[in-house]
Amino acid sequence: MVSEKDVSYVAELAHLELTEVERERMLKDLNSILGYIDRLNELDTSGVEPMAQVASRYAPQTGEPGERFRYAMRPDEPLSCMPHDEAMNNAPQTDGTFFKVPKVIER
Amino acid sequence: MDIGLLTVEATRTAIAERQFTASALVDAFYNKIRSEGPDIGAYLTLSEERAYAQAQRVDDVVGRGKALPPLAGVPIAIKDVISTKGVRTTAGSKILANYVAPYNATVVDRLESAGAVILGKTNCDEFAMGSSNENSGFHPVRNPRDRTRVPGGSSGGSAAVIAAGTAVASLGSDTGGSIRQPAALCGVVGLMPTYGRVSRYGLIAFASSLDKIGPFGKTVKDTALMLEVMAGRDPKDSTSAELPVPRYSESVGQPVRGLKVGIPGEYFGEGLHPDVRGAVEVAIQDLAKAGCEIVPISLKHTGYAIPTYYVVATAEASSNLARYDGVRYGVRASGAKTLAEMYRLTRDEGFGPEVKRRIMLGTYALSAGYYDAYYLKAQRVRTLIARDFDEAFAKVDAIVTPTTPTPAFKLGEKVDDPLAMYLADIFTVTAILAGIPGVSVPCGNTQEGLPIGLQVLAKHFDEATVLRVGHVVEHALARSE
Repeated sequence: MVSEKDVSYVAELAHLELTEVERERMLKDLNSILGYIDRLNELDTSGVEPMAQVASRYAPQTGEPGERFRYAMRPDEPLSCMPHDEAMNNAPQTDGTFFKVPKVIER
Repeated sequence: MDIGLLTVEATRTAIAERQFTASALVDAFYNKIRSEGPDIGAYLTLSEERAYAQAQRVDDVVGRGKALPPLAGVPIAIKDVISTKGVRTTAGSKILANYVAPYNATVVDRLESAGAVILGKTNCDEFAMGSSNENSGFHPVRNPRDRTRVPGGSSGGSAAVIAAGTAVASLGSDTGGSIRQPAALCGVVGLMPTYGRVSRYGLIAFASSLDKIGPFGKTVKDTALMLEVMAGRDPKDSTSAELPVPRYSESVGQPVRGLKVGIPGEYFGEGLHPDVRGAVEVAIQDLAKAGCEIVPISLKHTGYAIPTYYVVATAEASSNLARYDGVRYGVRASGAKTLAEMYRLTRDEGFGPEVKRRIMLGTYALSAGYYDAYYLKAQRVRTLIARDFDEAFAKVDAIVTPTTPTPAFKLGEKVDDPLAMYLADIFTVTAILAGIPGVSVPCGNTQEGLPIGLQVLAKHFDEATVLRVGHVVEHALARSE
């Protein structure tokens, strides 16, 4: 069971504030969804490899990882990149060169 | 002529034969979008300048009598999670309400190089998280077949524009059913390719080990024509596969005699709407008549797919969505005194309830002490679900199921019960976890007249079989109507 304290801790990790109303609702929803997720424990998964990505299902199963995932490799060469001004166009606050943010360190 | 009925092929032919110009067609579509569109709410942004410039280029090629590219002048719509350079790209979220993408997704480049005309960006659940389009940060989409009902989600806008005839084809993304489920609910065709078949470069990430881009169309052939332009290796997406791209459109109409079609018992249990069951059973008989061998099979971990999905997808989402911090792009909340407070206020104001719920769930599943119990456990069950399919495809060439257990539900019906909403994806999450391709094709209507979708699945990179089988179902339905 998730507690109010857990909700506060996880919200902090996720950089969310959440209002009192949101916290109450979150507590109820997380417990309901996690209760449903608990049915995974009906399965014995000892000795079963975790599946983190799809390519391992169809890529050759033999050879070193470097060999199996050769398709994902390319020479490490510099290519042209996005012009600075274009990259900054969406910045909420900028001095023209850098992103501006509220004070990070108190003096 | 009713432009709402145009297929990809018919559009290209009409433009090549100078029945109308690409520019006149763009005019006609914007008129239709303005008169009928607002009520449905499928478009978030219209890219008129870009559409007219592209149409003009197509008309110039026609004027010079040159050979036309495969999608010349075909008006399409793009789900707003896919980046379009110079055009607002919101992912359906208030946090990106003012974001103008500085580059194109690879699929956008490929479609435009093939002559397609982008009319605009379609509404969706925020960051593609939802099954009804009611989680859009802007406004919900209404189902063109019954405006009191949802179009499905998350690519609800992209399905609705096909059903409403306000685009000839469109792009969506599928992370748990977000192409196939809305296709079923709106009565159109939605194709989800194999993971790695289509580049994800420029797709705003939700869950990177699951996300796929795929097309919607009125016919199976239209989606095949779109896919053959979009598919193939892209150096900008290291997970895109280095495999040749077949002429998918040529598989449409190929005979299916002798194909083995598996029917998993797990998809026909309790909770399946009787009319959905009936229509899918008729379609299975049609496949048998066409010469398919119907084989009962079992996908025994089906019941564990939703819990697996909601751990894997939310864990990946919590990490992917960490980038929305109000620093580099998007909307920043005002009034914060410190950087940490600015992050919190920005994310609190910018994200909607479902996105917050999934970030919280994913962060919890990855947090110290719970990682093994939730995330690692779900990844192990994901292997079991993928193995179910490996075992099935050792015996059969394709698998046929209902796409959804019920037809389109009413707007507002499930918004207060996240778990009930998650269960709308019960038949679509299994395939996404395994990474295999699938299509949803219309296979009839309920007694109330609501569309019913049938799902065809095949093994990795066997889109051709998915399309062949899907076309037989589509063809049988057309004959019966």
